[in-house]
Amino acid sequence: MPKDGGIGASTKRREDMRFLTGKGRYTDDINIRGQVHAHFLRSDVAHGRINGIDLSAAEAMPGVLRILTAADFAAVGGIPCGWQVTDRHGQVMQEPKHPVLADGKVRHVGDPIAMIIAETYEQARDAAEAVLVDITELTPVLDMKAALAEGAVKVHDDLTSNLCYDWGFVEENKAAVDAAFAKAAHVTTLELVNNRLVANPMEPRVAVGDFESHSDQYTLYTTSQNPHVIRLLMGAFVLGIPEHKLRVVAPDVGGGFGSKIYHYAEEAAVTFAARLVGRPVKWTSSRSEAFISDAHGRDHVTKIELALDDENNFTALRTDTYANMGAYLSTFAPSIPTWLHGTLMAGNYKTPLIYVNVKAVFTNTVPVDAYRGAGRPEATFQLERLVDKAARELGVDPVDLRRQNFITPDMFPYQTPVAVVYDTGNYQATMDKLLEISDHAGFEARRAESATRGKLRGFGIAHYIEACGIAPSNLVGQLGARAGLYESATVRVNATGSISVYTGSHSHGQGHETSFAQVVAEMIGIDANQIDIVHGDTSNTPMGMGTYGSRSLAVGGSAIVKATNKIINKAKKIAAHLLEASEADIELKDGKFAVAGTDKSVDWAGVTLAAYVPHNYPLESLEPGLEETAFYDPSNFTYPSGAYGCEVEVDPDTGKVQVLSFAAADDFGNIVNPMIVEGQVQGGLAQGIGQALLENCAYDGNGQLLSGSFMDYAMPRADDLPMFTVDHSCITPCTHNPLGVKGCGEAGAIGSPPAVVNAVIDALQRAGHAHVTHIDMPVTPARVWAAMNG
Amino acid sequence: MTKVTMTVNGKTVSADTEGRTLLSSFLRDGLGMTGTHIGCDTSQCGACLVHVDGKAVKSCSVFAQEVAGAQVRTIEGMANADGSLSVIQQAFQDHHGLQCGFCTPGMVMSAAALLAENPKPTEHEVRHYLEGNLCRCTGYHNIVKAVLAASGQDVSGLGVAAE
Ligand code: FES
Ligand code: FES
Repeated sequence: MPKDGGIGASTKRREDMRFLTGKGRYTDDINIRGQVHAHFLRSDVAHGRINGIDLSAAEAMPGVLRILTAADFAAVGGIPCGWQVTDRHGQVMQEPKHPVLADGKVRHVGDPIAMIIAETYEQARDAAEAVLVDITELTPVLDMKAALAEGAVKVHDDLTSNLCYDWGFVEENKAAVDAAFAKAAHVTTLELVNNRLVANPMEPRVAVGDFESHSDQYTLYTTSQNPHVIRLLMGAFVLGIPEHKLRVVAPDVGGGFGSKIYHYAEEAAVTFAARLVGRPVKWTSSRSEAFISDAHGRDHVTKIELALDDENNFTALRTDTYANMGAYLSTFAPSIPTWLHGTLMAGNYKTPLIYVNVKAVFTNTVPVDAYRGAGRPEATFQLERLVDKAARELGVDPVDLRRQNFITPDMFPYQTPVAVVYDTGNYQATMDKLLEISDHAGFEARRAESATRGKLRGFGIAHYIEACGIAPSNLVGQLGARAGLYESATVRVNATGSISVYTGSHSHGQGHETSFAQVVAEMIGIDANQIDIVHGDTSNTPMGMGTYGSRSLAVGGSAIVKATNKIINKAKKIAAHLLEASEADIELKDGKFAVAGTDKSVDWAGVTLAAYVPHNYPLESLEPGLEETAFYDPSNFTYPSGAYGCEVEVDPDTGKVQVLSFAAADDFGNIVNPMIVEGQVQGGLAQGIGQALLENCAYDGNGQLLSGSFMDYAMPRADDLPMFTVDHSCITPCTHNPLGVKGCGEAGAIGSPPAVVNAVIDALQRAGHAHVTHIDMPVTPARVWAAMNG
Repeated sequence: MTKVTMTVNGKTVSADTEGRTLLSSFLRDGLGMTGTHIGCDTSQCGACLVHVDGKAVKSCSVFAQEVAGAQVRTIEGMANADGSLSVIQQAFQDHHGLQCGFCTPGMVMSAAALLAENPKPTEHEVRHYLEGNLCRCTGYHNIVKAVLAASGQDVSGLGVAAE
């Protein structure tokens, strides 16, 4: 049994106390004395030339302090992109300018044109209606394939085309892959769409800029997953503010799912404007505004092919993907369809030859970037739908075809043909576990029962792998990242033994304040309540890269372990001095330092007090105090994996799909807080099922966002989902981080969409609709009905 | 500007309002009670849900002036008199019914309204009732569990693999 509050315990979350009583402090809860309000006037056309902006009437409106347009930002930089991809011909990607406010052209509905600053939010909004923008509408670029046609209208006039890059991976393997297809016994082909999604954390984005003229100090309060990244990007690349004059604070953050990683124009605008108007400037996004200004996710159009030999072994895989970048390059956008997608195309299989082609395309739509899973859901969806289709074409059980081609436990570490090396895993074990927890053996009986009610029951399976804990800095540097991806921690032990841990990771719902404290409590053997986790403020935390890609425990937690080990080593030296023993004989157990084999000991508080009141202390060889900082740069990604099973019922009259049960058997390596891990998986499953059945970000032919509010964008609701069965007892610990953890934040959203769609196809095929081999997401009643009756 | 007075969590309070001031902004901006959250602009998410004269109301869907004189209860008024968590709040913590906490005030207020109406709801009834409260983090599993647990029902078998 894990100790309460230690590693492995389902410790209840300490942050809940404030969230449950209305005392959470989110960015919109911050109001600074003298603050004024900003509202952004946004383009209502997808593509247009700005001929002129007349501010005169608006400037005369009550309460208006200042209205900014692109001209006011002429001296500052544009919004930078953090990753440069090199294409298959050795060319770097085309990188368009991304001005803070639209300059000359508007490129998507929602592109900000003017920033109205007024005493109140209502006055700013009222004045926006009086701004006259003269725009000549241009033909919008929407369809990715058409966008690449010769002579197509260009989103960016100064680029040679709408192609951002044409990426091939691994380019040297292309000929061998084609040759393997030429002699395949069977080829399965699938064309599919990975639907565009909106992350929709329940807290909309907010930014409050403040400037103190007496100290030349800027502060930005923002809804961010990574305040240091925002400080670096905005300070160095946009506004030219040195880091020591810029503090970025992200207080409690109400969900992110990727959408709060990026540096957004509004953050730079409020910070810039705060100095200009001499007052703190606050902007709060409305939900409708979020739909047209938060980065979207997914949006791939793919053709994928699998070659098999006459014994059903996978011999080669080939994919051809168009990835929508939207109108500008968001912070990490170029890396998502490439390094976070192509490198996962091996899945759990020993396919020896793989070639991935990705064409990234500019369109007149909102920029697309990472959304929970980021590239890995796209890879998993293609692969797991394809393998399912192959099994059905070959008349073999989809479970058996997977098992036959799985990388086996004796093959680790496993070098895939797409660059990455999986350290551990046991896919047969997770598959076995799934079949057990989903009561697969009882499926036929349940299907028969559904049939008596006129319903078509189906079971769908998917097995995923993902790469988390991004990432070795030198590796990602070679791949085009313009940042390092280490993590940091400072462990500050106070004189009486309590501890403040300052981490560069930042929770936006993951419960770091609880689970990180568990790690330190376990290592030192003291009560977790003596440990506080501090995050989200660049003024007191060491430079960190933030929370995304399921990296916080694997990378941030490892930095905490490293810093805590430094603390323990120093504390042992102090204890050795106090106990007049050799350091090598000092053992730390349950918060006590003892001399091995004796009953001599000093407790934790005795050592910490000596560190800060160093009267009896080896001052000649040891500095006083007990505070250590560590940076941890991972040596590899981590590779969580798992088997997911979904059971659905299809109503043949309406095409409506109901998810009856969903089971997940994950291997996350070691687990620090099982309760939190289960919650992460459940939340991910809801988002994945949402993508599969409900959610779709739809544009019309004019580039107007049709699903621009919660009225039109179908978020999963409580009555759309079943209870989930979640298991994480299959454990192959990560081999290269000190906790042996892999990360669990994205798995649910990665593994579930193919399981759901496979279940629908299974239901239809079992009911005799053999011609239905694929339905694009979201699998709506209309699409199912059309597939059955088409 | 019109001064509006009402009772919030047992205290008489007032603040200036425009005709268009929503109850949600009256609470947040007028009174500085930021426990009530705003998650949308189409009255769909339920993050702003409060009780008005004992009924669950999305505070973004009524004007402050419409509810002048009413008894309003918000998340800040849900804990026990001694500051400890109420049964529903405690159940949310015990069953990990919240992650980022943004939907939580609305969820707790909604759950309280449900249990006042229907003290022993079924899982289906809980899901149906909470349909107007969006949560992007939890997948609802643990919220449903928390509400059932708060109603005194045994939830140990929910979502656990059949042995
Ligand atoms: S803010 Fe009231 S329902 Fe969304
Ligand atoms: S806990 Fe984050 S939205 Fe519900």
